[in-house]
Amino acid sequence: MEAFRVMVRARTLEDKLANLYKAGGRLVGGVYLGKGQEAYSAALGIQLRWQHDILGPFIRDQAARIAFGEPPLDPMRTYFGSVRGPMRGRDGNVHRGRPKDGLPAMISHIGSMVSLVSGMLFARRMQGRLGDAVGAVTLGEGGTSTGAFHEGVNLAAVEKLPLIIAVTNNQYSYSTSNDRQFACSDLAERAKGYGIQGRNVDGTDLIQCVQAFDEVVRAARSGSGPQLIIGHTLRLTGHGEHDDSSYIPESVKKSPIGRDCMLIAEQQILEHAWMNDKEIAEWKNTCRADVERMVATAMKEPAPDPFKEPWRALSTSELCEGQWTV
Amino acid sequence: MSLTYLEAIREAQYEALRRNPDVFIYGQDIGQFGGAFKATKGLMNEFPGRVLDAPISEDAMVGLAIGAAIEGSRPIVEMQFADFSSVGFNQIVNQAATLYWRTDVPCPITIRLPSGGTAGSGPFHSQSMESIYAHYPGLVIVCPATVEDAYWMLLDSVELDDPVIFCEHKFLYYHLKADSFGERDLPIGRARIARPGRDATVVTYSAMVHEAVRAADELQQDGYQVEVVDLRSVKPMDVDTILASVARTGRLLALGESFPWGGVTAEVVARVVTDGFHLLDAPPMRLNSKDTPIPYHTQLWKAHRPTVATVTDALRRLLRY
Repeated sequence: MEAFRVMVRARTLEDKLANLYKAGGRLVGGVYLGKGQEAYSAALGIQLRWQHDILGPFIRDQAARIAFGEPPLDPMRTYFGSVRGPMRGRDGNVHRGRPKDGLPAMISHIGSMVSLVSGMLFARRMQGRLGDAVGAVTLGEGGTSTGAFHEGVNLAAVEKLPLIIAVTNNQYSYSTSNDRQFACSDLAERAKGYGIQGRNVDGTDLIQCVQAFDEVVRAARSGSGPQLIIGHTLRLTGHGEHDDSSYIPESVKKSPIGRDCMLIAEQQILEHAWMNDKEIAEWKNTCRADVERMVATAMKEPAPDPFKEPWRALSTSELCEGQWTV
Repeated sequence: MSLTYLEAIREAQYEALRRNPDVFIYGQDIGQFGGAFKATKGLMNEFPGRVLDAPISEDAMVGLAIGAAIEGSRPIVEMQFADFSSVGFNQIVNQAATLYWRTDVPCPITIRLPSGGTAGSGPFHSQSMESIYAHYPGLVIVCPATVEDAYWMLLDSVELDDPVIFCEHKFLYYHLKADSFGERDLPIGRARIARPGRDATVVTYSAMVHEAVRAADELQQDGYQVEVVDLRSVKPMDVDTILASVARTGRLLALGESFPWGGVTAEVVARVVTDGFHLLDAPPMRLNSKDTPIPYHTQLWKAHRPTVATVTDALRRLLRY
C-alpha cells in the first residue's frame, strides 16, 4: 500500500511536470519522466531508509526518490531553478541530489554512478560505520552497454559491497530498441559473469516488484554482496517530454509489457481491499493538491542571480582563478 | 643521506596515511607488490586495509574515490601511468570536478599521475596530461619539479578539500636527489624562481625545469643571465610571479614537455601577452614536444621532446631578437 501511495504521488507530480513543459516558458530545461516504471521504482525506494541507506537514482526514479525521503520540494525547486533547491540553479531537473543524506546527484554519463555509490559504501565500511546500510544504483537497459557499468559492477563484486544494481529494461534507450542494444536474451544472466546474484521481475506488477526488492535488499543487507535485478516494463512516455516516442510500435504498446503499472497496482490494491475506491480517490486528490502547492511555492522563489553567483568551482576559494571567470 | 623524488612520494603517502585515518590509497598493483614504480612499497603492511589493489578499471577507481570522498574519506588514487587516466577521464572531469559546484559537497581526492617521457616507453607510457585536466574547472593541477615539492605538495594535495591531479614525473623518480625534504615553504598556487636572471624568462614546470636550468647554465658562459620560473602548480597559475619575472627580463620562453597544441605553455603566453604586453621586448616563444605521438626509440624520443640543446637554441634566438 505504501508503494502504491508513492506511485500515485510520483505519477501526479510527473503529470504536472509534463503539463508545465507543454505549457512552455515556466520550467528551465527538459522534463524526464518515469511513467510506466513507478511500480519498480517505488518498490525499490520503500526498502531504503533516508540518511541510512544510499540511493543513486537515474532519470526515471521520481517514485524511488519520494519513497526514499527526498525533501518534497526538491523536484519542483530544481525544475524551476530556485535558489532554495539543492542545486540552486547550477544544475537542473533529474540531476538533483543531496549526497550527504545518501542521495548523490547523477551526472549524465550513464553507468558512472555505479562506482560512485560503491565508493560511498566502501568508505563507510572502512570507517566502521556501514552497519546494515545498503546502496542502490539504478539505470536503464541501455546503461548496461557502458564500460562504466561493467567496471562499476565488477569493482562492487570484487569489494563485496552491499549494492543493489536495479536495471529497468523499458525496451528503449531513447529511440534505440533492445535488438540494437545487447545480444543476450537475459540481462540478469550477466550477474553470473560478475560472480553476483541476478534475477528478473515483471516491472508492470507492483506486488511482484515489492516481493522481489524485499528479497534483493534483504540479501544485500545480510552480506550476500551485490545484487543485480532487471525489471521489465515499457517506457510509457518519450525519452523526455520533447520526444513523442512515435518509434514505439503499437504492437509493443498493446503487448503485456506495455501495461500501465499504475492500473495494475490499483486493481491489486482493490482486490486485496488494502484501500477502497473512495480512499484511492481521496489520496489522488491529496497528491494533486500537494503538487499544486509545490508548484506555487517553487514558482515564487527567487531565481539565481548571476551577479551574486560567486563563480567558484573549488571549495578552496583562494585557489580559484577568479580573474578568468568574469 | 640522499632521498629521491620517488622516495619523497612514498614518504609523503606514509605521512598522509599516518596523520589521518580517513586517507587510503587505491590503485593497480599497489598492495603487496608496492606499485609499478614502488611508490607504495611496504605501505600495505604498515597500514593494513588502507592500501588496496584495484581491478584494471580506471573509471571505477575514480568513481569509488569520489563516492568515498562524499563520505568523508580522503582517497589517493594511483594511476599506473598518467596515460591510463584517460579511461577515468569522465569520472575526473564530470564527476569529481563538478561535485562541489553542483552540490556544495567538497571532493577531496588526489589522483597521482606518473607522467612524462622516459627512454623506450613509447606512445602509451609517456604522456603528460596536465593541460587536458587544467582545461576543466574544478580541478587543481600540480606538477612538482623537486624532491622537496614532491613531498610537500603531495601532503598539501591530500589535505586540500578539492580534487587534485598530482603529476609526478617518472624521469625524475630515481635521478633527482636531495639531502632532506626541507621545510614546507610555498603553498600550492605559488610559483618559485628556480634560477634568477635578468635577460630572459623561461616559464616551465616538472622535468623541464631541470632542462631549462641546464640551458641557462650553458648560456651563462656567453654572459647571459636567464631566469627560470618553476610553476609548481599549473592550475592555479601564479601569473603575478610570471609577470614580475617578465618585467625584469622583457623576454619570455614558455616551455613544456606536453603536446604543442594549446595547453599550459599557450596559457602562459596568452596571459603574459594579455596582462603584460608592455613588458615584452621580443615576441614570446613557446617550446613543446612535437605534434606526434611519443616515439619508442630513444633517438626519436630525444628529438621529440625539448632538451637542453633545443631549449638553449630557442633561448639564443629569443635573446638575439
